[in-house]
This record gives sequence, C-alpha cells and structure tokens, in this order.
Amino acid sequence: MISELQQLEKDALVELATAVTEEQILVVKTKYLGRKGLLTGILRNIAQVPDAEKPLLGKRCNEVKDHLNSKIEIALQLQSSRKKEDVLLKERIDVTLPGRGVYCGRIHPIIQVRREICTIFASFGFSVVEGPEIELDYYNFEALNIPRDHPARDMQDTFYIEENIVLRTHTSPVQVRTMEKMKPPVRILSPGRVYRPDSDISHTPMFHQIEGLLVDKGVSFGDLKGILTAFLKKVFGDKTTLRFRPSFFPFTEPSAEVDIRCVICSGRGCRVCKQSGWLEILGSGMVDPAVFQNVGYDPEVYTGFAFGLGLERIAMLKYGISDIRLFFENDIRFLRQF
Amino acid sequence: MLVSLKWLQDYVDVDLTAAELAESLTMAGLEVDEIKAIKPAFSGVIVAKILSVRPHPSADKLSLCKVTDGSRTYPIVCGAKNINAGDVVPLAKIGATIPGGYTIKSSVLRGEKSEGMLCSAAELEIGDDASGIMQLPQNIIPGALLAEALDLGDTVLDVGITPNRADCLSMIGIAREVAAITGKKLKMPADNIRESADDINQLTSVKIIDTDLCPRYTARMLKNVKIGPSPVWMKTRLEAAGLRSINNVVDVTNFVMLEMGQPLHSFDFRFLEEGRIVVRKSKQDEEFVSLDGKSRKLAADTLLICDGLKPVAIGGIMGGLNSEVKEDTQIVFLESAYFNPVSIRRSARKLAMPTDAAFRFERGIDPEGVLRALNRAAQLIAELSGGSIYKNYIDEYPQKVFTAKEIPLRLSRINEIIGTAIKGKDVVRILRSIEMDITQAGRGRYLVTPPSFRADITREIDLIEEVVRLYGYDLIPVLLPSASITEMAAVPRLDLEERIRQLLTGTGYTEVINFSFITPASVDYLCLKENDLRRRLVHIKNPLVEDQSVMRTTMVFGLLDTLKKNANNGCFNLKLFEMGRVFLSRDAGELPEEKNILAGLLSRTSCDDLWGAKLAADFYDIKGCLANIFFDLKLNNCRYRSENSEPFLHPGKSCNIYLDDIKIGYAGEVHPDVRDRMDLKINAYIYEINLDILAARIAHGITYKEISKYPAVTRDVAFVIGANVETDYMLEIVLRQKEDLLENVGIFDIYIGKGLPEGTKSLGLRFSYRAPDKTLTDLEVNNVHEKIVRNTIQLTGAKVRGE
Repeated sequence: MISELQQLEKDALVELATAVTEEQILVVKTKYLGRKGLLTGILRNIAQVPDAEKPLLGKRCNEVKDHLNSKIEIALQLQSSRKKEDVLLKERIDVTLPGRGVYCGRIHPIIQVRREICTIFASFGFSVVEGPEIELDYYNFEALNIPRDHPARDMQDTFYIEENIVLRTHTSPVQVRTMEKMKPPVRILSPGRVYRPDSDISHTPMFHQIEGLLVDKGVSFGDLKGILTAFLKKVFGDKTTLRFRPSFFPFTEPSAEVDIRCVICSGRGCRVCKQSGWLEILGSGMVDPAVFQNVGYDPEVYTGFAFGLGLERIAMLKYGISDIRLFFENDIRFLRQF
Repeated sequence: MLVSLKWLQDYVDVDLTAAELAESLTMAGLEVDEIKAIKPAFSGVIVAKILSVRPHPSADKLSLCKVTDGSRTYPIVCGAKNINAGDVVPLAKIGATIPGGYTIKSSVLRGEKSEGMLCSAAELEIGDDASGIMQLPQNIIPGALLAEALDLGDTVLDVGITPNRADCLSMIGIAREVAAITGKKLKMPADNIRESADDINQLTSVKIIDTDLCPRYTARMLKNVKIGPSPVWMKTRLEAAGLRSINNVVDVTNFVMLEMGQPLHSFDFRFLEEGRIVVRKSKQDEEFVSLDGKSRKLAADTLLICDGLKPVAIGGIMGGLNSEVKEDTQIVFLESAYFNPVSIRRSARKLAMPTDAAFRFERGIDPEGVLRALNRAAQLIAELSGGSIYKNYIDEYPQKVFTAKEIPLRLSRINEIIGTAIKGKDVVRILRSIEMDITQAGRGRYLVTPPSFRADITREIDLIEEVVRLYGYDLIPVLLPSASITEMAAVPRLDLEERIRQLLTGTGYTEVINFSFITPASVDYLCLKENDLRRRLVHIKNPLVEDQSVMRTTMVFGLLDTLKKNANNGCFNLKLFEMGRVFLSRDAGELPEEKNILAGLLSRTSCDDLWGAKLAADFYDIKGCLANIFFDLKLNNCRYRSENSEPFLHPGKSCNIYLDDIKIGYAGEVHPDVRDRMDLKINAYIYEINLDILAARIAHGITYKEISKYPAVTRDVAFVIGANVETDYMLEIVLRQKEDLLENVGIFDIYIGKGLPEGTKSLGLRFSYRAPDKTLTDLEVNNVHEKIVRNTIQLTGAKVRGE
C-alpha cells in the first residue's frame, strides 16, 4: 500500500510539471485529490490494511495530500502571474527608438574655451572687463606705444573706419582704458572679438583674443612666468613643458613669446608645429614704461605684466581643428560636436 | 632674413650645428622659422681618378680616357686639354644631371664609347673656371659623391626679425648676435680701398635740398668698369639669400646691403645729366618710370634723387629705368645714403613698393655705417669688374642723425623688473658683447652708450631687455605674484549672457558666431525703411570683400545666412542663437554706438525628428523660449505687442517685446518676401533682444512667499469675443480687478468655428481661487467668481458661451 502511495505521489508530480494552463493543473488536482480521485481511492481501501499499519498509512496519506496540495497551489500562482506577464509583454515597445524630448544645444567652441580661460584666471583673481570693438587709433595704437608711421604697425594690418577710427586689432586697448579709469592694483582680463584683414586656412578677418593685465608694486618677470605657467598647465595638463623666449611687442618690454611642447607630436616635429617641436601659444611681457606714462601711472612705483592669446588657436589645438574658418561657417554638423 | 650658414662663417666662427644655432638665436629673440638645406645644382657626380689618357683615333680635339671610381673603370671621351693620368676629377656618371637640366647618357663619339662626362667647375656651377676639367685635390678618395667631398651644400636659416631690430637685417648684424651668444669674435670685412688719381670732385657734385628727408648722402665713382656676370661665390650667396644675380655691379650693391644692412644704388654716370645729383621732394603727380618698368605718378613729398634736370631714382625705394647700369656701362656712380625712415615708409606704402631697400630704410639703418658700406661696395665692384675707384668720396651730411647718448642703468632696477639677482659683472659682460660702451657710475650704477646701429635703445628698460634676453629667460625663476585684492566692478551683462547661454543650450539652441561685418545689401534684403537707424551703416574703408564691408546693424541677416548655408547642406531643423554686438554710426569722428544683442532663430520643426512625426514650429515656440528666459530672470513685466513690428517679419505673426514700457526687442516669423529675396527655402522664426537693457533691469534678490495649505477651487468659463481680441487684453481686465482670492487665471481652450457667430471666438479661461488661511466655501468662491465674470463681460462686451 505504501509503495502504491509513493508511486501515486511521483506520478502526480510528473503530471503537474507538464501541466501548463490553469485547466490542466486543475485536471491533475481532480485526478489525484478529487472526491473520486486516486488518493481518495487509496484511503477508501484502508480497511484492507492490517490494523498495525493503518496509523502509518493514514499519516503518509495526509502528508502526500498536503504536499500535492501545496504544489498545486504554487503551480496555480505561477501560472496566474505568467498570464499577467504575457499581457504586459504584448505591450512591448522598441527601446532602441530615440528618446523623446528636447536635446540640448551646444555652446560655440570658442566661447567654451573663453569660459575655461576666464574661469582659470578668475581663480587667480582676474576680473573681466570690456571695451569697444570699434576703437580710436589712440587706444589701439598710440597709447600702446605704437606711433603712426612706425614699422611696428606692420605687425597688425588694420581695418579702418576713418583715419582715426579702426576695428580694434587686439584686445589690448582695453588695458589702457581700464588703467585710465582706475588706480593700481589692477588684475583684469579682457576677452573679445578683434579684426585684421587676413583670410586663409589659418587666418580669419575676425577672431577672438583674451588680454590679461596685472599691475601692482613689485610685479616682476618671474611673476609673469609663474602665472602663465600655472595657466598653461591648467589648460594643457600638468605635464606641459613651456618655454619663454624673447620677442618684441611695442607695449611690453622685456617681451616674451610663450611656447608649449607640441601637443600633437610631443616635440618630435610635425606639420602642426612646423617641425619645430614647439607651439606658439601667447605673447606677453612687462608693461612698457611708456604705456604707464600714457595712463598716468608712475613706472618707478608700479610694474606689471600683460599677455594676450588667440582663442581660435587654443581651440584648434584642443580639438584638433586644422581650418580656422570652420569656427565662423556655423555648420551645425561642426557645432554639434562640441 | 635668410641667413646662409656658409656665408655667416665669413663674419663669425660657428661651431654649432644648424639646429643648435637656430635654437640659440630663437632663445635670444631672433626666431628661426625654418631651417632649409640647399643642395648643389647637380646630382650623380662623383670623384674619379684618371688612369690613362690617349688621343682619339679619329678626332684631333678629343682624347680617350680611362677613369676609375675605385671599383669600376669607365671609358670617357673628353674634349679638354688639361687632363693627365693621375688627375682627380669630377665625373658625371650616366644618369647624372648637371646644371642647365642636362642628363648624362651613354654615347658613342666618332666610334668610341663614352660612359659619362668629366666636368669643369663652370659646368657644375661650383666655380667660374670653364677653361678645363676641374682639378680636385689628390687626397679625395675616388668614388665619393662630389657634393659631399667638397661640402658644396649649404644650410639657410629663415630668421624672423622683429621691427625693433633693424640692425639684424644684415649678415653682420646676425653674426654680431651669434658672436654675443657664443662668445666668439666678430670678423668685419677689411676696409682697404685703393683709389686712382682722378678726383671725384672734378666730375660730380651732390646737393641736398630736403635735408629732413635725406640727412646724409655719400657717393663714390668708378671708371673702366666692365659689366659682366658675377663670380660663382657671389651668385651662390645672393641665391641663398633669395636674390637673383643680375650683373657684377648690381650684385655688389645687393651683396653689401645683405652684408651690412645698408641699401645702395648704382647709376650709369652717362645718364646723369649735368653730371650731378640733386636730392629733393617730388611735386604732386610728378611722373617717374622705376626700374621695374612701371610708370608711376608720385604724390607730393616723395623723396627723389635727381640729376641736373630730372628724377633718376625714388630715394630709398627704387632706382629709375633712365639711369640704370647696363651692359655697356663704364662709369658707375655709387650712392650710399641715410633717408628719413618715416618718409620712406609713407612713400613705400603709398606706392605699394615694399622693396628690400625701403624695408631697411624705414626701420632705420646705421647712419654711421653709410660710408663703410660705400667703401666696401666700391672696393668689391673694382675687384669684380676691373674698374678703378676715383679718388675721394662725397659725404653730404647736413643733419646729424646719431649722437652718442649715455643711458643710466641701475642694477637694482634690472633685478626688480625680472625678479632675480643678476650680478653686475654679468650685466657688463652681456652689454659689452653687443658693443655697448659701459662705465661704472657708482655702486650698482652704470652709464651705457649704445652703438649707432642700435637706434632702438634709448631708455633704461631697453637696456634691461638686452640684458635679460642674453642672460636667458630660462634662468629667470618662476614666481607667483603676491596677492593684493582688487575690487573690480563686474560686468553684469556677462553674467546675464552666461545664464542665457545655459538656458538656451538647455532648450536645444546652439550658439553660433557670425562675422561682425556683413554686406551693405543686408539692409535691403531686410527691407529696412529709408529712415531706419539701422541703415546708418559703419563702413570699413579697406574691406577684404564687399560682402564684409560694413559693420552689422542687426544680427538677423547673419542668422538667416547661417540658416541658408545649413539648409544647403541638408540641415533644415535649426535652433540657433548668437550673442554679439551691432554697430550704429554716429557723427564723423565719433566712435559708433555698440549694442549687445541676443538673437535667435528657429526653423521648420520645433522638435527633433520624432520617428518621422514632425511638429511644425510656430510663433509660440520662440515666444516660449523667450518667456523661459524672462521667467528665469524674474522679469515679470514683459509684454508682447502685435503693433507694427519689423519690416522683415510677417505682419500677422510678429510682435515687439517690452519690458515695462521699454522696447527690448521683437520676435516673429520671417516675412515671405524676405524669404524669397534671400532665397531661403524654409520658414523661420527669429528674435532680437537688447542685452544692455536687460542687464540693467535684472531683478536681484528673492523673497519667499508662503505656500497655502488649503485647497484651490477652480471655475471654467468660455467667453465668446471678437476673433481679433487678444488674450492679453482679456487677462488684463480680469487681473485689473485685483481680487485677492483669485490666485491664477489661465487659458484652457480656444475655439473658432461651428456653433459660434461669424467673426467671434471662444476663449476658455480657468480661474483658480484660494485663500492663505482657510478652505473656501462654494459660496465664497461663487461670490468672487461671479463678480469677476460680470465685470469682465461689462468691460469687454464678451458673452459667456452657452448662455
């Protein structure tokens, strides 16, 4: 009898495992546990079992019954949740379709670079100032120690509006205007558009510069080296190698061009650095005493340094752009990359 | 300035490699832009040794040689007489090229095979001797390449000379720098002029009328000059410097200019009428034919070198065709002068003649070197052309240009400026190395006298720069300035721009930068009225192209142009903005007005591609974009008025924008006519906002308002009003009643069509009521609401829909 019971339990579990629908599960239930079910049948025949075995058989029957009942219950629950899932799965969507909503626009790469530089210098205590883009010859040249008919004017071809009015060729006139208005100490940065009649793969007639100026008592060329070194390492990375080399700007003396080791070839020589291994990044120098005299500062009391750099050049190096004109063609396929 | 290293060796011993020298010069302020290798004008020519020479069996003038390159023997037929067994000679092998573009081929000459060609120095352009085969030193091993064996190549440095360093526009100037950097000695060419018996003063005279423009004029004359080609050493030097050889007289003047920095000019004395020189200014429109064959009308005050009757040269710029040295010239009049730099600069620019001479004169030549260059040139011409130099020279020097001046220099000041401690003895050594005269004038004090060729050094700071650049920028320590706090007035507009940039990019707009100059036709494209201020364009006198010849007075044209360019590339769905300036002209002599403007453009769809479903953009998309900005800036008083807006906007879909009662800009759809005119294939919405006004009015400070804990009650009403009545009008009337409980009123529906009288629309408004301190009862709400509706009907003539 016991072995019959064992076989029954086994069979029931096998049948349950193959039952998929609710109906099939219920058929199994009725077949084994129903009023006319097989287990009930065994119980009915318990009379034929010797008395001594009766309690054990009764106990086993109840165990099998409970066991099968709970298995069937689990099967029914599983089946019902699978059914709900099936309904949800029918609502399946294509998750690879693009997300909906407004995709953000981009900030112009030149402005991004300007922002980065302004932020770095703000951390050094420099404030942003502005000046006119159409400027008096006096501020653009003469106050900066570039007299009329001086060969230094060749360094900057100029768009003229009138004899004494020009499109500013650099952002340096802002230093003069600022110094005229305030007493030292001065720590300013002046970003903006500048203009020179030149147009080819590396020149556009309009471009952007940032000019910086620091004037105080006891400012030295060593300080200039310090600030610009810290700045360039922030922009191009801590491992950037720099060199300062003598140059000439009419409004600074001594003057220095600042080069960094070519970021493309690491100094081995390539097309971008014209095989020199160095990239010219900015111009700088100690403010010429003549400029101080023009704005009424005493050069014996105050010293200072100024520097200027082209934003397009920095952006071209940072992003690997070889044609400067791209910045102003405003091709959306270009702008979206930044 | 192109600097041949071989030539440079004439003036200073250089034992650095080209790369090392370039680096040293660059680090002393003479930037080397390029290092160029110059190769000889032939290839495939080797050194060979003649083994035997015997006469050609069937040609008297030819001989048959056997030559060896050390491993192979070549049969050569040769026409030269100066060859013998054992000679070491240049052999152009088969396949070699020699000057003149010839390639050597295997040939048979009168029945004898020739496998190459023995060359003369002239044939290879390494020397002038054409009389026979070039004889090479016996110690050269056969088989070597000739160019290498004789070290025939050269290296040329392209040195950028800054405008202050006129003294470096010469080989000697560069050599002086090299000497100073390397500690070597400068070697000046010898001045050993040999004069003949005849006195120049008996033949000619010089009279300077305009001494301001020509403070010094010196001259020498040579006779029995034979014009001919220059020797090879001269030609190679000039070519290395980028000049073309012309003849042995003109070449010398160029050579000395390159060597000493002093431009010179040679006249054929035959053509100097009355045999004399007069230096004067030109008259207005005086005509003159310069050496380049061009006839030019001169402006007044151009400096002219004249003979007794007519101009023969534009002083310091270019000689005249009428007096140039020709093949049959015999008597040469040689000029070396100092001209006023400003005058030369002005004339050269006016005439557009940036000649090598003008370039040097306008930067200032050495006024004390004029005579030395004259003598050097006379001596070289005599050597090269066989002429003899007349006795004496002319030196008209009416105005002193150079006076030696002592400049005080303080050691303390040097160290203050550079931030380090240079020693006095280093200062003295450095300044002496560039020929400054320096004397001690007390402890840490010096008196320095710069030489006459350094007109750029007039102040203490100029001396400091010289000291530092030769001391080495590398040796200056990297410091950081001590901080002094500076209080600077910030530019509020820049913060505003950053905020707007964030908002706009966040809502899908991309920033563009257009040129500030545009075409003058822009104002016509935009149909601006005759009296529109934006027609007062600022014109550029010297634009690169017509399309960039005026400063923009509106940013719209640039944006529309950007749209057009992108549409041509197949990109139609654009959301763009730009922040920049427009320029409005004022009276002559005054700087134009510059306004800071934000401009935006939206074209075609307001959404990015949504799986093919495209939403067409309309006016409310850009209005929403602007409203978002005003919301962020807490500018609550912005009004959009449908008054006559811009002529380039759709009259029914545009507005002016006001902040309180100040107009700050406009927005709208581009007028179809403008679209046609600009050939824009797609619709676009644009706006411009004045950032200066906005920046001045940004609200500062935020005050929190308590949020009510009690629920709001809403009531909807649909008003039937005239189809042209604007929503703002209705809302204002509602709000003007200032009912405290009315928290908000908004639009929930607009309907025009069936069921409404012709010419009317239904405007559904949702009123929201709330009290800060209690839950409102229906009765309380109804009282207020009915009052508002009643008043609104009364004030506007509207009807409530369905009543």
